Amino acid sequence: MADDQKGAGPAIKLVGLRRVYGDRAALEDVTLETAVGDSLVVLGPNGAGKTTLLRILATLLRPTGGEVGVLGCKLPDEAWKLRGKIGYLGHEPLLYRDLSGRENLRFHAKLHGIKGARAEARIEELLDAVKLSHRGDERTFEFSAGMRQRLAICRCVLHEPELLLLDEPDSNLDIEGREIARTLIGPGGGHTRVVVTHDPERFLPEAHQVLRLDVNEPAAVS
Amino acid sequence: MTPSRTAFAAILGKDLRAELRTLQSLPAMALFAVTSFVIFRFGLNRTSLSGSLAAGVLWATLLFAAVLGINRLFVAEREEGGFDAIRLAPIDRSVLFTAKATALVIYLAALELIAVPIFAVFFLNSAAALPPLIIVLLLADIGLASAGTLISSMAVNSRARDLLVPLVLLPLVVPLMIAATAATEPLMLLGGVSYHRFGTWLMVLGLYDLIFALLGYAVFDFLLED
Repeated sequence: MADDQKGAGPAIKLVGLRRVYGDRAALEDVTLETAVGDSLVVLGPNGAGKTTLLRILATLLRPTGGEVGVLGCKLPDEAWKLRGKIGYLGHEPLLYRDLSGRENLRFHAKLHGIKGARAEARIEELLDAVKLSHRGDERTFEFSAGMRQRLAICRCVLHEPELLLLDEPDSNLDIEGREIARTLIGPGGGHTRVVVTHDPERFLPEAHQVLRLDVNEPAAVS
Repeated sequence: MTPSRTAFAAILGKDLRAELRTLQSLPAMALFAVTSFVIFRFGLNRTSLSGSLAAGVLWATLLFAAVLGINRLFVAEREEGGFDAIRLAPIDRSVLFTAKATALVIYLAALELIAVPIFAVFFLNSAAALPPLIIVLLLADIGLASAGTLISSMAVNSRARDLLVPLVLLPLVVPLMIAATAATEPLMLLGGVSYHRFGTWLMVLGLYDLIFALLGYAVFDFLLED
Protein backbone atom coordinates (compact mmCIF):
# COMPACT_ATOMS: atom_id res chain seq x y z
CA MET A 1 0.00 0.00 0.00
CA ALA A 2 2.69 2.43 1.04
CA ASP A 3 4.89 1.66 -1.96
CA ASP A 4 1.95 2.22 -4.31
CA GLN A 5 1.36 5.62 -2.77
CA LYS A 6 4.99 6.79 -2.74
CA GLY A 7 5.30 9.69 -5.10
CA ALA A 8 1.61 10.54 -4.77
CA GLY A 9 2.46 13.46 -2.49
CA PRO A 10 3.35 13.59 1.18
CA ALA A 11 1.22 11.80 3.75
CA ILE A 12 1.46 14.82 6.03
CA LYS A 13 2.21 18.38 5.00
CA LEU A 14 2.26 21.18 7.57
CA VAL A 15 3.03 24.78 6.66
CA GLY A 16 3.19 27.31 9.51
CA LEU A 17 0.75 25.32 11.64
CA ARG A 18 -0.49 27.25 14.64
CA ARG A 19 -2.90 26.38 17.40
CA VAL A 20 -3.79 28.59 20.34
CA TYR A 21 -5.89 27.99 23.45
CA GLY A 22 -7.16 31.39 24.57
CA ASP A 23 -4.07 33.61 24.48
CA ARG A 24 -1.58 30.72 24.87
CA ALA A 25 0.01 29.23 21.77
CA ALA A 26 0.25 25.43 22.01
CA LEU A 27 1.80 25.13 18.55
CA GLU A 28 3.60 27.88 16.65
CA ASP A 29 4.86 27.80 13.07
CA VAL A 30 5.26 24.04 12.62
CA THR A 31 6.36 23.16 9.09
CA LEU A 32 7.19 19.67 7.82
CA GLU A 33 6.49 17.05 5.18
CA THR A 34 6.31 13.34 5.89
CA ALA A 35 6.33 10.83 3.06
CA VAL A 36 3.83 7.99 2.77
CA GLY A 37 4.96 4.96 4.76
CA ASP A 38 7.45 6.92 6.87
CA SER A 39 7.58 7.23 10.65
CA LEU A 40 7.60 10.67 12.20
CA VAL A 41 8.63 10.73 15.86
CA VAL A 42 7.53 13.74 17.90
CA LEU A 43 9.59 14.60 20.98
CA GLY A 44 9.23 17.33 23.55
CA PRO A 45 8.55 18.09 27.19
CA ASN A 46 5.12 18.16 28.80
CA GLY A 47 2.99 21.00 27.46
CA ALA A 48 5.00 21.41 24.26
CA GLY A 49 1.95 20.67 22.07
CA LYS A 50 2.61 17.06 21.04
CA THR A 51 -0.89 15.81 21.80
CA THR A 52 -2.39 18.95 20.26
CA LEU A 53 -0.50 18.19 17.03
CA LEU A 54 -1.75 14.61 17.04
CA ARG A 55 -5.36 15.68 17.62
CA ILE A 56 -5.15 18.20 14.77
CA LEU A 57 -3.85 15.47 12.44
CA ALA A 58 -6.67 13.20 13.65
CA THR A 59 -9.24 15.91 12.73
CA LEU A 60 -10.28 16.12 16.39
CA LEU A 61 -9.01 19.71 16.77
CA ARG A 62 -9.10 22.58 14.33
CA PRO A 63 -5.86 24.41 13.58
CA THR A 64 -5.91 28.13 14.39
CA GLY A 65 -3.64 29.02 11.48
CA GLY A 66 -1.35 27.64 8.79
CA GLU A 67 -1.94 24.83 6.31
CA VAL A 68 -2.53 21.21 7.21
CA GLY A 69 -2.66 18.44 4.62
CA VAL A 70 -3.15 14.80 5.60
CA LEU A 71 -3.29 11.98 3.03
CA GLY A 72 -4.00 14.57 0.36
CA CYS A 73 -6.89 16.17 2.26
CA LYS A 74 -6.80 19.78 3.41
CA LEU A 75 -7.83 20.24 7.04
CA PRO A 76 -10.21 21.20 8.46
CA ASP A 77 -12.31 21.61 5.26
CA GLU A 78 -11.86 18.04 3.98
CA ALA A 79 -11.74 16.30 7.36
CA TRP A 80 -14.76 14.19 6.42
CA LYS A 81 -12.73 12.51 3.66
CA LEU A 82 -10.14 11.34 6.17
CA ARG A 83 -12.40 9.61 8.68
CA GLY A 84 -11.84 5.91 8.59
CA LYS A 85 -8.32 6.28 7.19
CA ILE A 86 -6.81 7.21 10.55
CA GLY A 87 -5.97 4.95 13.48
CA TYR A 88 -5.74 7.06 16.62
CA LEU A 89 -4.26 5.83 19.88
CA GLY A 90 -4.49 8.63 22.43
CA HIS A 91 -4.29 8.92 26.21
CA GLU A 92 -7.82 7.53 26.47
CA PRO A 93 -8.38 4.01 25.09
CA LEU A 94 -11.80 4.99 23.60
CA LEU A 95 -13.33 1.83 25.04
CA TYR A 96 -16.58 1.53 26.96
CA ARG A 97 -16.04 0.11 30.44
CA ASP A 98 -19.40 -1.66 30.54
CA LEU A 99 -18.89 -3.55 27.30
CA SER A 100 -16.63 -6.55 26.90
CA GLY A 101 -13.49 -6.44 24.78
CA ARG A 102 -15.23 -8.23 21.91
CA GLU A 103 -18.30 -5.99 22.17
CA ASN A 104 -16.13 -2.89 22.08
CA LEU A 105 -14.35 -4.10 18.95
CA ARG A 106 -17.65 -5.11 17.32
CA PHE A 107 -18.99 -1.62 18.03
CA HIS A 108 -15.98 0.03 16.39
CA ALA A 109 -16.11 -2.44 13.49
CA LYS A 110 -19.72 -1.46 12.80
CA LEU A 111 -18.87 2.26 12.96
CA HIS A 112 -16.19 1.61 10.34
CA GLY A 113 -18.53 -0.42 8.15
CA ILE A 114 -16.87 -3.80 8.79
CA LYS A 115 -19.63 -6.34 9.08
CA GLY A 116 -20.48 -9.96 9.75
CA ALA A 117 -17.95 -12.74 9.32
CA ARG A 118 -15.26 -10.33 8.15
CA ALA A 119 -15.57 -8.31 11.36
CA GLU A 120 -15.58 -11.41 13.56
CA ALA A 121 -12.51 -12.83 11.83
CA ARG A 122 -10.63 -9.54 12.17
CA ILE A 123 -11.60 -9.20 15.84
CA GLU A 124 -10.44 -12.73 16.67
CA GLU A 125 -7.23 -12.21 14.72
CA LEU A 126 -6.45 -9.06 16.71
CA LEU A 127 -7.45 -10.51 20.09
CA ASP A 128 -5.18 -13.47 19.35
CA ALA A 129 -2.38 -11.12 18.40
CA VAL A 130 -2.58 -9.21 21.70
CA LYS A 131 -3.20 -12.42 23.70
CA LEU A 132 -6.61 -11.35 24.98
CA SER A 133 -8.78 -14.01 23.33
CA HIS A 134 -9.44 -15.75 26.63
CA ARG A 135 -10.49 -12.48 28.33
CA GLY A 136 -12.38 -11.03 25.37
CA ASP A 137 -15.84 -11.56 26.89
CA GLU A 138 -15.04 -9.75 30.14
CA ARG A 139 -16.08 -6.17 30.62
CA THR A 140 -13.16 -3.84 30.14
CA PHE A 141 -13.50 -2.22 33.58
CA GLU A 142 -12.14 -5.54 34.87
CA PHE A 143 -9.03 -5.15 32.69
CA SER A 144 -5.69 -3.87 33.93
CA ALA A 145 -4.34 -0.66 32.37
CA GLY A 146 -1.97 -2.73 30.21
CA MET A 147 -4.79 -4.95 28.95
CA ARG A 148 -6.85 -1.89 28.11
CA GLN A 149 -3.91 -0.50 26.15
CA ARG A 150 -3.59 -3.78 24.21
CA LEU A 151 -7.29 -3.65 23.41
CA ALA A 152 -6.99 0.02 22.43
CA ILE A 153 -4.26 -0.98 19.97
CA CYS A 154 -6.68 -3.52 18.46
CA ARG A 155 -9.30 -0.77 18.20
CA CYS A 156 -6.77 1.53 16.56
CA VAL A 157 -5.80 -0.90 13.76
CA LEU A 158 -9.14 -2.74 13.43
CA HIS A 159 -10.11 -0.92 10.22
CA GLU A 160 -6.60 -1.13 8.70
CA PRO A 161 -5.94 2.62 8.63
CA GLU A 162 -3.45 4.28 6.31
CA LEU A 163 -2.18 6.66 8.97
CA LEU A 164 -1.42 5.74 12.58
CA LEU A 165 -1.35 8.53 15.16
CA LEU A 166 0.15 7.11 18.33
CA ASP A 167 0.42 9.02 21.60
CA GLU A 168 2.78 7.19 23.95
CA PRO A 169 1.81 3.80 22.47
CA ASP A 170 3.88 1.86 25.00
CA SER A 171 2.27 3.41 28.06
CA ASN A 172 1.15 0.79 30.61
CA LEU A 173 2.59 -2.05 28.50
CA ASP A 174 5.00 -4.63 29.89
CA ILE A 175 7.92 -5.98 27.83
CA GLU A 176 5.77 -8.66 26.20
CA GLY A 177 3.07 -6.06 25.51
CA ARG A 178 5.58 -3.79 23.80
CA GLU A 179 6.69 -6.58 21.51
CA ILE A 180 3.07 -7.38 20.68
CA ALA A 181 2.38 -3.70 20.02
CA ARG A 182 5.36 -3.57 17.69
CA THR A 183 3.86 -6.27 15.47
CA LEU A 184 0.60 -4.33 15.10
CA ILE A 185 1.64 -0.69 15.09
CA GLY A 186 5.37 -0.91 14.49
CA PRO A 187 7.18 0.22 11.35
CA GLY A 188 6.96 -1.81 8.18
CA GLY A 189 3.22 -2.36 8.35
CA GLY A 190 2.68 -0.24 5.25
CA HIS A 191 1.15 2.66 7.12
CA THR A 192 2.48 6.13 7.79
CA ARG A 193 3.09 6.65 11.51
CA VAL A 194 3.29 9.63 13.81
CA VAL A 195 4.56 8.61 17.24
CA VAL A 196 4.53 10.96 20.20
CA THR A 197 6.91 9.69 22.84
CA HIS A 198 9.02 10.48 25.87
CA ASP A 199 11.16 7.43 25.09
CA PRO A 200 13.47 8.49 22.22
CA GLU A 201 15.79 5.49 22.74
CA ARG A 202 13.04 3.13 21.76
CA PHE A 203 11.50 5.02 18.89
CA LEU A 204 14.34 7.03 17.30
CA PRO A 205 15.94 3.99 15.61
CA GLU A 206 12.77 3.46 13.58
CA ALA A 207 12.16 7.15 12.78
CA HIS A 208 12.51 8.57 9.28
CA GLN A 209 11.97 12.05 10.63
CA VAL A 210 12.02 13.68 14.07
CA LEU A 211 10.02 16.71 15.14
CA ARG A 212 11.17 18.40 18.36
CA LEU A 213 8.63 20.65 20.03
CA ASP A 214 9.44 22.83 23.00
CA VAL A 215 7.62 25.43 25.05
CA ASN A 216 8.38 28.92 23.69
CA GLU A 217 10.91 27.51 21.19
CA PRO A 218 10.50 27.08 17.42
CA ALA A 219 9.72 23.56 16.25
CA ALA A 220 12.73 21.73 14.79
CA VAL A 221 12.57 18.98 12.17
CA SER A 222 15.50 16.64 11.58
CA MET B 1 -19.03 6.21 4.54
CA THR B 2 -20.66 3.65 6.80
CA PRO B 3 -24.42 3.45 6.13
CA SER B 4 -26.31 5.53 8.70
CA ARG B 5 -28.61 2.67 9.68
CA THR B 6 -25.59 0.50 10.56
CA ALA B 7 -24.07 3.26 12.71
CA PHE B 8 -27.49 4.00 14.26
CA ALA B 9 -27.99 0.34 15.21
CA ALA B 10 -24.45 0.13 16.62
CA ILE B 11 -24.80 3.21 18.85
CA LEU B 12 -28.34 2.41 19.99
CA GLY B 13 -27.44 -1.24 20.68
CA LYS B 14 -24.38 -0.18 22.65
CA ASP B 15 -26.41 2.23 24.80
CA LEU B 16 -29.22 -0.22 25.52
CA ARG B 17 -26.78 -3.03 26.33
CA ALA B 18 -24.83 -0.80 28.72
CA GLU B 19 -28.03 0.41 30.43
CA LEU B 20 -29.38 -3.12 30.83
CA ARG B 21 -26.09 -4.14 32.43
CA THR B 22 -25.53 -1.19 34.72
CA LEU B 23 -29.08 0.13 35.29
CA GLN B 24 -27.67 3.61 35.82
CA SER B 25 -30.65 5.64 34.56
CA LEU B 26 -33.92 3.72 34.54
CA PRO B 27 -34.15 2.63 38.19
CA ALA B 28 -33.39 6.18 39.38
CA MET B 29 -36.04 7.60 37.05
CA ALA B 30 -38.64 5.04 38.15
CA LEU B 31 -37.86 5.46 41.84
CA PHE B 32 -38.15 9.23 41.54
CA ALA B 33 -41.54 8.95 39.81
CA VAL B 34 -42.98 6.46 42.30
CA THR B 35 -41.71 8.47 45.29
CA SER B 36 -43.22 11.64 43.83
CA PHE B 37 -46.62 9.95 43.43
CA VAL B 38 -46.48 8.79 47.05
CA ILE B 39 -45.66 12.34 48.19
CA PHE B 40 -48.50 13.79 46.07
CA ARG B 41 -50.89 11.14 47.39
CA PHE B 42 -50.24 12.06 51.02
CA GLY B 43 -49.36 15.73 50.48
CA LEU B 44 -52.62 16.50 48.67
CA ASN B 45 -54.50 14.10 50.96
CA ARG B 46 -56.61 12.97 47.99
CA THR B 47 -57.40 9.43 46.92
CA SER B 48 -58.40 10.54 43.45
CA LEU B 49 -57.46 13.31 41.08
CA SER B 50 -59.12 14.53 37.91
CA GLY B 51 -58.81 17.06 35.12
CA SER B 52 -55.98 19.57 35.16
CA LEU B 53 -54.70 18.57 38.62
CA ALA B 54 -54.29 14.94 37.55
CA ALA B 55 -52.60 15.97 34.32
CA GLY B 56 -50.29 18.37 36.16
CA VAL B 57 -49.22 15.76 38.74
CA LEU B 58 -48.55 13.18 36.02
CA TRP B 59 -46.54 15.45 33.71
CA ALA B 60 -44.56 17.28 36.41
CA THR B 61 -43.46 13.90 37.77
CA LEU B 62 -42.58 12.43 34.37
CA LEU B 63 -40.69 15.58 33.36
CA PHE B 64 -38.45 15.69 36.43
CA ALA B 65 -37.86 11.93 36.25
CA ALA B 66 -36.85 12.36 32.61
CA VAL B 67 -34.28 15.02 33.57
CA LEU B 68 -32.41 12.36 35.59
CA GLY B 69 -31.99 10.24 32.46
CA ILE B 70 -31.20 13.22 30.22
CA ASN B 71 -28.38 14.24 32.57
CA ARG B 72 -26.66 10.89 32.10
CA LEU B 73 -27.30 10.47 28.37
CA PHE B 74 -23.79 11.43 27.17
CA VAL B 75 -21.76 10.65 30.29
CA ALA B 76 -20.22 7.48 28.81
CA GLU B 77 -19.31 9.35 25.62
CA ARG B 78 -17.66 12.10 27.64
CA GLU B 79 -15.84 9.94 30.20
CA GLU B 80 -14.91 6.96 28.02
CA GLY B 81 -13.96 8.74 24.81
CA GLY B 82 -17.02 7.86 22.77
CA PHE B 83 -17.18 11.34 21.25
CA ASP B 84 -13.67 10.94 19.80
CA ALA B 85 -14.43 7.42 18.56
CA ILE B 86 -17.53 8.65 16.74
CA ARG B 87 -15.72 11.70 15.33
CA LEU B 88 -12.99 9.42 13.94
CA ALA B 89 -15.45 7.05 12.26
CA PRO B 90 -16.67 7.54 8.68
CA ILE B 91 -20.26 8.19 9.74
CA ASP B 92 -22.76 11.01 9.57
CA ARG B 93 -22.38 12.50 13.05
CA SER B 94 -26.07 13.34 13.24
CA VAL B 95 -26.62 9.60 13.63
CA LEU B 96 -25.38 10.01 17.20
CA PHE B 97 -28.23 12.47 17.86
CA THR B 98 -30.81 10.13 16.34
CA ALA B 99 -29.53 7.09 18.23
CA LYS B 100 -29.32 8.92 21.58
CA ALA B 101 -32.80 10.44 21.15
CA THR B 102 -34.19 6.99 20.30
CA ALA B 103 -32.51 5.50 23.37
CA LEU B 104 -34.08 8.25 25.48
CA VAL B 105 -37.54 7.57 23.99
CA ILE B 106 -37.08 3.90 24.97
CA TYR B 107 -36.03 4.87 28.53
CA LEU B 108 -39.05 7.19 28.83
CA ALA B 109 -41.41 4.51 27.53
CA ALA B 110 -39.99 2.04 30.06
CA LEU B 111 -40.38 4.64 32.81
CA GLU B 112 -44.00 5.22 31.82
CA LEU B 113 -44.72 1.49 31.73
CA ILE B 114 -43.91 1.51 35.44
CA ALA B 115 -45.07 4.98 36.49
CA VAL B 116 -48.38 5.42 34.66
CA PRO B 117 -50.07 2.25 36.03
CA ILE B 118 -48.96 3.27 39.54
CA PHE B 119 -50.37 6.77 38.90
CA ALA B 120 -53.65 5.20 37.78
CA VAL B 121 -53.85 3.01 40.89
CA PHE B 122 -53.07 5.94 43.20
CA PHE B 123 -55.22 8.64 41.61
CA LEU B 124 -57.66 7.52 38.89
CA ASN B 125 -61.11 6.08 39.36
CA SER B 126 -61.05 4.26 36.05
CA ALA B 127 -58.50 3.12 33.50
CA ALA B 128 -60.48 4.57 30.57
CA ALA B 129 -58.01 7.43 30.16
CA LEU B 130 -55.05 5.14 29.63
CA PRO B 131 -55.51 3.95 26.01
CA PRO B 132 -55.80 7.47 24.51
CA LEU B 133 -53.07 8.65 26.89
CA ILE B 134 -50.58 6.38 25.09
CA ILE B 135 -50.50 8.62 22.02
CA VAL B 136 -49.97 11.74 24.19
CA LEU B 137 -47.13 9.99 26.02
CA LEU B 138 -45.52 8.90 22.76
CA LEU B 139 -45.62 12.37 21.18
CA ALA B 140 -44.41 14.07 24.37
CA ASP B 141 -41.60 11.51 24.71
CA ILE B 142 -40.35 12.26 21.20
CA GLY B 143 -40.30 16.01 21.91
CA LEU B 144 -38.67 15.57 25.31
CA ALA B 145 -36.07 13.22 23.84
CA SER B 146 -35.25 15.58 20.96
CA ALA B 147 -34.85 18.66 23.15
CA GLY B 148 -33.21 16.64 25.94
CA THR B 149 -30.61 15.06 23.64
CA LEU B 150 -29.72 18.44 22.20
CA ILE B 151 -29.30 20.11 25.61
CA SER B 152 -27.54 17.13 27.16
CA SER B 153 -24.93 17.06 24.39
CA MET B 154 -24.21 20.76 24.98
CA ALA B 155 -24.09 20.49 28.77
CA VAL B 156 -22.04 17.30 29.05
CA ASN B 157 -18.70 19.05 28.66
CA SER B 158 -19.47 21.40 31.53
CA ARG B 159 -18.60 20.62 35.13
CA ALA B 160 -21.99 22.14 36.02
CA ARG B 161 -23.76 19.56 33.84
CA ASP B 162 -26.27 18.54 36.52
CA LEU B 163 -27.27 22.18 36.94
CA LEU B 164 -27.19 23.21 33.29
CA VAL B 165 -29.53 20.55 31.93
CA PRO B 166 -32.55 21.54 34.07
CA LEU B 167 -31.74 25.25 33.77
CA VAL B 168 -31.72 25.21 29.98
CA LEU B 169 -34.07 22.33 29.28
CA LEU B 170 -37.00 23.20 31.52
CA PRO B 171 -37.81 26.56 29.89
CA LEU B 172 -37.47 24.95 26.45
CA VAL B 173 -40.00 22.21 27.22
CA VAL B 174 -42.64 24.55 28.69
CA PRO B 175 -44.61 24.58 25.38
CA LEU B 176 -44.37 20.77 25.24
CA MET B 177 -45.64 20.42 28.80
CA ILE B 178 -48.50 22.87 28.18
CA ALA B 179 -49.59 20.83 25.16
CA ALA B 180 -49.15 17.50 26.97
CA THR B 181 -51.16 18.55 30.04
CA ALA B 182 -53.84 20.19 27.87
CA ALA B 183 -54.18 16.98 25.84
CA THR B 184 -54.25 14.86 29.01
CA GLU B 185 -56.71 16.97 31.00
CA PRO B 186 -59.94 16.02 29.11
CA LEU B 187 -58.95 12.35 29.27
CA MET B 188 -59.07 12.46 33.07
CA LEU B 189 -62.28 14.39 33.72
CA LEU B 190 -64.55 13.20 36.54
CA GLY B 191 -67.42 12.59 34.16
CA GLY B 192 -65.37 10.31 31.92
CA VAL B 193 -63.04 10.62 28.94
CA SER B 194 -63.61 13.65 26.72
CA TYR B 195 -61.81 14.44 23.47
CA HIS B 196 -62.44 18.19 23.54
CA ARG B 197 -59.59 19.83 21.51
CA PHE B 198 -57.61 16.60 21.91
CA GLY B 199 -56.58 16.57 18.25
CA THR B 200 -55.47 20.21 18.34
CA TRP B 201 -53.08 19.56 21.22
CA LEU B 202 -51.77 16.41 19.56
CA MET B 203 -50.92 18.54 16.52
CA VAL B 204 -49.09 21.04 18.76
CA LEU B 205 -47.12 18.16 20.25
CA GLY B 206 -46.32 16.85 16.78
CA LEU B 207 -45.18 20.28 15.63
CA TYR B 208 -42.88 20.64 18.66
CA ASP B 209 -41.43 17.17 17.93
CA LEU B 210 -40.79 18.08 14.32
CA ILE B 211 -39.09 21.39 15.17
CA PHE B 212 -36.73 19.94 17.78
CA ALA B 213 -35.98 16.77 15.83
CA LEU B 214 -35.01 18.83 12.76
CA LEU B 215 -33.10 21.37 14.86
CA GLY B 216 -31.13 18.64 16.64
CA TYR B 217 -30.36 16.81 13.41
CA ALA B 218 -29.24 20.03 11.73
CA VAL B 219 -26.96 21.43 14.44
CA PHE B 220 -25.55 18.27 16.02
CA ASP B 221 -22.60 18.04 13.65
CA PHE B 222 -21.47 21.51 14.73
CA LEU B 223 -21.90 20.65 18.42
CA LEU B 224 -19.39 17.81 18.06
CA GLU B 225 -16.68 20.11 16.70
CA ASP B 226 -13.95 21.12 19.17
